[in-house]
Amino acid sequence: MKLLEPGAELDGFTIEECIHSGGMAHVYRVHYTEGARDPGFSLAMKVPRMTASDGAENIVSFEVEHQLMQVLTGSHVPRFVAAGDLENVPYLVMEYVHGKILQQWLDEPTRASVDEIASLGAAVALAVHSLHQQNTVHLDLKPANVLIQSSGNAVLLDFRLSCNALYPDLLAEQLRKAVGSPIWIAPEQVVGVRGDPRSDIFAIGVMLYQLTTGELPFGEPQTQGGLRQRLWMDPPPPRKLQPQLPEWLQEVILLCLEPEAAKRYPSAAHLAFDLRHPEQVTVTERGRNITGTGFGTHFKRWIKAAGMHYQPSPLPVQQIGEVPIVMVALPHKDVTDATLYSLREAVARSLGTRPGARLACVTVISPGQTSTSNDETSETSIQRRYLASLRQWAQPLNELGHQTSYHVLESSDVAQALVNYAVGNEVSVIVMGAATHGLKTQRFVATVPIKVAMEAPCTIILVKQTMPFELLAEQAEKLKPAWNPELDAPF
Amino acid sequence: MKLALLSDIHANIQAFDACLAHALEHGAQQFAVLGDLVGYGADPVAVVQRVQALAQDGALIIKGNHDALAVRPPATVKTMGDNGAAWTHAQLDDAQLQFLDQLPLIRQQDSLLLVHASADEPALWRYVYDERAAGASLDAATAWPDVRHVFGGHVHLQTLYYRGTGADLMKFMPTPGVVVPVPHHRRWLATIGSVGQPRDGNPQAMYALFDTQKLQLTFQRVSYDHRGAAAAIRQTDLPALFADRLETGR
Repeated sequence: MKLLEPGAELDGFTIEECIHSGGMAHVYRVHYTEGARDPGFSLAMKVPRMTASDGAENIVSFEVEHQLMQVLTGSHVPRFVAAGDLENVPYLVMEYVHGKILQQWLDEPTRASVDEIASLGAAVALAVHSLHQQNTVHLDLKPANVLIQSSGNAVLLDFRLSCNALYPDLLAEQLRKAVGSPIWIAPEQVVGVRGDPRSDIFAIGVMLYQLTTGELPFGEPQTQGGLRQRLWMDPPPPRKLQPQLPEWLQEVILLCLEPEAAKRYPSAAHLAFDLRHPEQVTVTERGRNITGTGFGTHFKRWIKAAGMHYQPSPLPVQQIGEVPIVMVALPHKDVTDATLYSLREAVARSLGTRPGARLACVTVISPGQTSTSNDETSETSIQRRYLASLRQWAQPLNELGHQTSYHVLESSDVAQALVNYAVGNEVSVIVMGAATHGLKTQRFVATVPIKVAMEAPCTIILVKQTMPFELLAEQAEKLKPAWNPELDAPF
Repeated sequence: MKLALLSDIHANIQAFDACLAHALEHGAQQFAVLGDLVGYGADPVAVVQRVQALAQDGALIIKGNHDALAVRPPATVKTMGDNGAAWTHAQLDDAQLQFLDQLPLIRQQDSLLLVHASADEPALWRYVYDERAAGASLDAATAWPDVRHVFGGHVHLQTLYYRGTGADLMKFMPTPGVVVPVPHHRRWLATIGSVGQPRDGNPQAMYALFDTQKLQLTFQRVSYDHRGAAAAIRQTDLPALFADRLETGR
């Protein structure tokens, strides 16, 4: 339809200026004609182009976006306000979100710093995870569709190509073809698979690649053959283009860009976790490589890709639910061997049935324990001591093959520190001791699990100490040196 | 206006009453029963009486293959269903049999087309279990130019068929309780599942709510006293298998 004039009225909305004029739609600032209906936030109206010359897919994608905007919630999507009838004047009125489009970082003459890229990436990953938790896969993530608010929160825009597993996918068809933007589209999307949350992780990988190198990992293919390249091809490693880039960041980016979805991060929460804890990223050959993947490997993958067969994905919620981040809270004082043993058993059980799950071992120390003047009690040496102890405790779990990280938090409020950590890292399960019976601080310590259980947004497993009798002596011998930071901790 | 769509009750009064109560609670103002009122279950009389009362209040009632079978049970028993049909026939009085006999095979109202099996030759009781069969039913429904929503039962599963961007129909497995928009500019076919004989391994009863103004379809699952319904069958001469399968939803 033709451009609406400023001042024009449509279904109770007054049109202000046109703020975006794209190939698919015009976007206007609008307000309620009757001021009394002020919703408390700015409004934008999106009007799809629907003249005879525009394709039928414009209409379908309008329907898809309308369907999704009505059901998506949370701080990572614009709030939905109203919609016009497809048979009269189709439009969507939604919250106008203030912020900076991710594209603006790419348009700047200097590249963003590694820290900034990591925090942008983590914000996008958390927004995408929130979408996946609502059974929705975006499928068209690109720098123009991501908005960063001044708080650092990412808001995702444009759900025209998205897919929500609870609703019929109007863009699906039997003869599958690629739906998405050629630069960012995941390999499985190229062969017509819609609805795998890991497709969004691939798109985040492309954006991170752009932010770090200023280049496109797979160029901008114009043909189906060009698109299919990413079914087997690895892009040049970012560090080949930007040698000063840290290995961990290349590891993260290339893990997102793995051609096979099963080899990528299993959920966006896992990706956010790595971007927020660079020191915990396990760097492999993938992160170190600066020459790129050789012809032989590509050739073998090319053969495999020719017959590549992708399975339709289960519900996104189910898929990401199978790869939880499990957090274990380990006390570092007044703890019995039996408790440490029981906690490890409980963690092994929680992880055991879920191959993609990852483990975060966390302990909270009081800020008073570190000092800046004394070498023995300086922050780093204290941290190092606790980290070493956490690693020793987790040693027997390593053979299960889960990715594991270690964190020493400093806080005088143990419960709050644990809850904050769980919220900030999208933790799905917290394993912690139920209480430390018979010890001098029981009166205080016992309140920690209760407070965590009440305030944490996830499942809590409270572990009671039990240790097989015959193991008591043997384990006590083994465990003692494995967890005893207090022995050398001066008070 | 909300229309409750109920099908394949199969003489299960416990499940039927639970679904009717659930529908009323969720704002249903009109009812449609899409066939197979009887067969398999222990209470054909109670179910037929309930449906007759609904019909008097304006509900749309369609005939199913088991209703036809109960009216004229086969002389020689070949299947378990045939066996049940003779028993059901004996329970119902002439007026009730007459009621079942005069039910229509297909009914159209506004954008709705209601049929027990497939709109493609309804009397052949074709099963709409895949995209191809759904396509044949939807194609036959084009004989009614206003029709956009073809609703049926017969297959005892909840499925929604629609056209995506391609030429063929797509199959969608709905999540109970999720409000699915089914706008007027597309044509939709839904099998709404079975009230009294669920067969997907979940013993809960199935039905659907259709909002005729907002054009939204909501598939529902309802817990009911399935042990009571199974116990009632065991009190009769019907095969015990009919009772067992209510307890497992198979």
